[in-house]
Amino acid sequence: MATVSDHMTPGIGQVAVDAPLTAADGTPLRKKLAQANRRARLRATLLVAPLLLFVLITFIVPIGQMLVRSFHEPTFSEVLPRTTEALKQWDGADLPDEAVFAAFADDLKDAKENRTIGQVATRVNYAYAGSRSAFTSAARKSTGFEAPYKEALIAADDVWGERDLWAVMKRASKSYTPEFYLAAVDRTTDVDGNIVMVDDFRQIYVKILLRTLYLAGVITGLCLLLGYPVAFLLASLPTRTSNLLMILVLLPFWTSLLVRTTAWIALLQSQGIINDVLVAMWLIDDDSRLQMIYNQTGTIIAMTHILLPFSILPLFSVMKTIPPTYMRAARSLGATPWTAFWKIYVPQTVPGIAAGVLLVFILAVGYYITPALVGGQDGQLISNFIALHMQKTLNWSMAAALGGILLATIMVLYWLFNKIVGIDRLKLG
Amino acid sequence: MSLPSYAGPLEKTWYYAFRVICGLILIFLIVPIIIVVPLSFNAEPYFTFTPGMLSFDPEAYSLRWYEDILRNGMAAPDAPHSWAWFTDLWNNAQWIRAMRNSFFIGISATIIATILGTLAALGLSRREMPYRALITSILISPMIVPVIITATGMFFFYASVGLASTYLGVILAHAALGIPFVIITVTATLTGFDQSLIRAANNLGADQTTTFFKVIMPLILPGMISGALFAFVTSFDEVVVVLFLADIEQRTIPRQMWSGIREQISPTILAVATILVIISIGLLTTVELLRRRSERLRGVTPS
Repeated sequence: MATVSDHMTPGIGQVAVDAPLTAADGTPLRKKLAQANRRARLRATLLVAPLLLFVLITFIVPIGQMLVRSFHEPTFSEVLPRTTEALKQWDGADLPDEAVFAAFADDLKDAKENRTIGQVATRVNYAYAGSRSAFTSAARKSTGFEAPYKEALIAADDVWGERDLWAVMKRASKSYTPEFYLAAVDRTTDVDGNIVMVDDFRQIYVKILLRTLYLAGVITGLCLLLGYPVAFLLASLPTRTSNLLMILVLLPFWTSLLVRTTAWIALLQSQGIINDVLVAMWLIDDDSRLQMIYNQTGTIIAMTHILLPFSILPLFSVMKTIPPTYMRAARSLGATPWTAFWKIYVPQTVPGIAAGVLLVFILAVGYYITPALVGGQDGQLISNFIALHMQKTLNWSMAAALGGILLATIMVLYWLFNKIVGIDRLKLG
Repeated sequence: MSLPSYAGPLEKTWYYAFRVICGLILIFLIVPIIIVVPLSFNAEPYFTFTPGMLSFDPEAYSLRWYEDILRNGMAAPDAPHSWAWFTDLWNNAQWIRAMRNSFFIGISATIIATILGTLAALGLSRREMPYRALITSILISPMIVPVIITATGMFFFYASVGLASTYLGVILAHAALGIPFVIITVTATLTGFDQSLIRAANNLGADQTTTFFKVIMPLILPGMISGALFAFVTSFDEVVVVLFLADIEQRTIPRQMWSGIREQISPTILAVATILVIISIGLLTTVELLRRRSERLRGVTPS
């Protein structure tokens, strides 16, 4: 039976003083409670586990693998293992000795047989432009090489007599390399291993990163500027009217991205509707039609339109909870409409502003489709360069490094969002 | 918010100016979506209104681009409308195939996302769940991480396990992208869910399964369905993952539109866009009705 220990009046009760409470089966209650809690925790965990596993396998692991690829590039050491081994002994001061050349010649023969020389050639070519053909032709002639290999190779192509190329090869032979991240910020290591800027005409990525942040900032600003009044109007109208107007906000939200992008092409292109209207109204000349698409303007207009609902909805849900009496109280205490709005209303909407701004910025920074279709040359964002490296140049490690930088940016913003707004407070529709 | 009687002339002007500004912003939001509808009936291969269309000349309007949706890719589009014509249409027409792919991939991904997502939301809404904040942010992350990064990562991983250029690969990827929406909507329905109902059911002798299907499920069903719709739309509208993971065999509608816009832009795209707009109106209506029903069921007064 359960007994009650009575600490208040020790000695009076006949029951054992420190006997714990027990359940019907005699186990102490504390233990029983812990058991029940553990079971509840286990049940909750088991409910979440399948999805967590699913997301880990289909989503987190692939992204993790991509990040590994951004600093792990073992092509060289896999295709040319003997050269890699031999290069470890080389101090880099002068041309490598015969042993390295011999190992290289051996590796070339294997690479020729396995048809893998192209991969290495591409890999070294990133860092030493123009070396591609030297590799492929050396592999082709590799069966004809005889000792001393050093002379034979240099005779085949002068470039094998360049210390710089061997220095680049030594660096490429290391599987783990910061090279791609350096390249993603327009830096490179020179032949002596110092970090330097790349040539002026090849400095693009920092510009692209800054442009991405700038465009995302402009779009976020526009979304806030356009979204705030609409959210304010929707929140202050009677429910019936605001529900009707809400359709105008929600319909774009539910409409396919490509439909909206197509619509903007129809509207903005030089033979498009807006230009036609302006010409018809004699506002512009027929041969000075405005170029509003396939440039930054196109990206900004189309993306603002696409992301605007994402700023209106969080603002609306916050504004809905603000009692209108506060503003009236401010007015009756003598505030001008502007003061009442600026000092009383706006501070209360800050959570909505934070949610809307962060959400739009996060989405804008990683946008790909719309800039690719309407951005032209100068409206491209960093995502477009990731796609370029994935599909055209096939420099996958570079794509992964750019992806890593973008991901880091997003993660910081996501953390901020979680901190300020809380991801579980995000509402849809 | 009506205009107070003590408003001065400046305030009055601003009141109406404000409404005009809001009206203009709302027009900015809706016009691009409405505009594609009349344009898709253009008789000419232009992306703008022809003078004939503006004077409502019936000659200037046609259904040729809708016909084009069907004919594109068919072996013998002019054959009589027999059984052979229909099989030709079903198997060869590019847009029809894209549509079949879109629905197949979308529905499969939605089923996976909804089942796993609902279970997880049930777990996450329990107070006992350990590391709830961390796990929630992991499960929501597919919505936050830019699709280009997701697609890049998946491209390498799925290729290494032999899932690239397969339906399964695209379905799994789309399911991962749809999961956050299911979690968010189901969790939203579960806040304010009266946990004592479960205890009452248990008390009355119902086991776990009965409790779930007879008590919990009817209450969270609206959230589940709108989550499922979000997940479906996510998949239905997704291009980047399809671009990276899918082959010509798995082309979906957005993928087909993507190459249409990039390669030879014709008003067929506008006809497809019009159909998609009609689908999205249907989806929006369904979600709105579900939301109201859910609010009624849970006794939350509509705000």
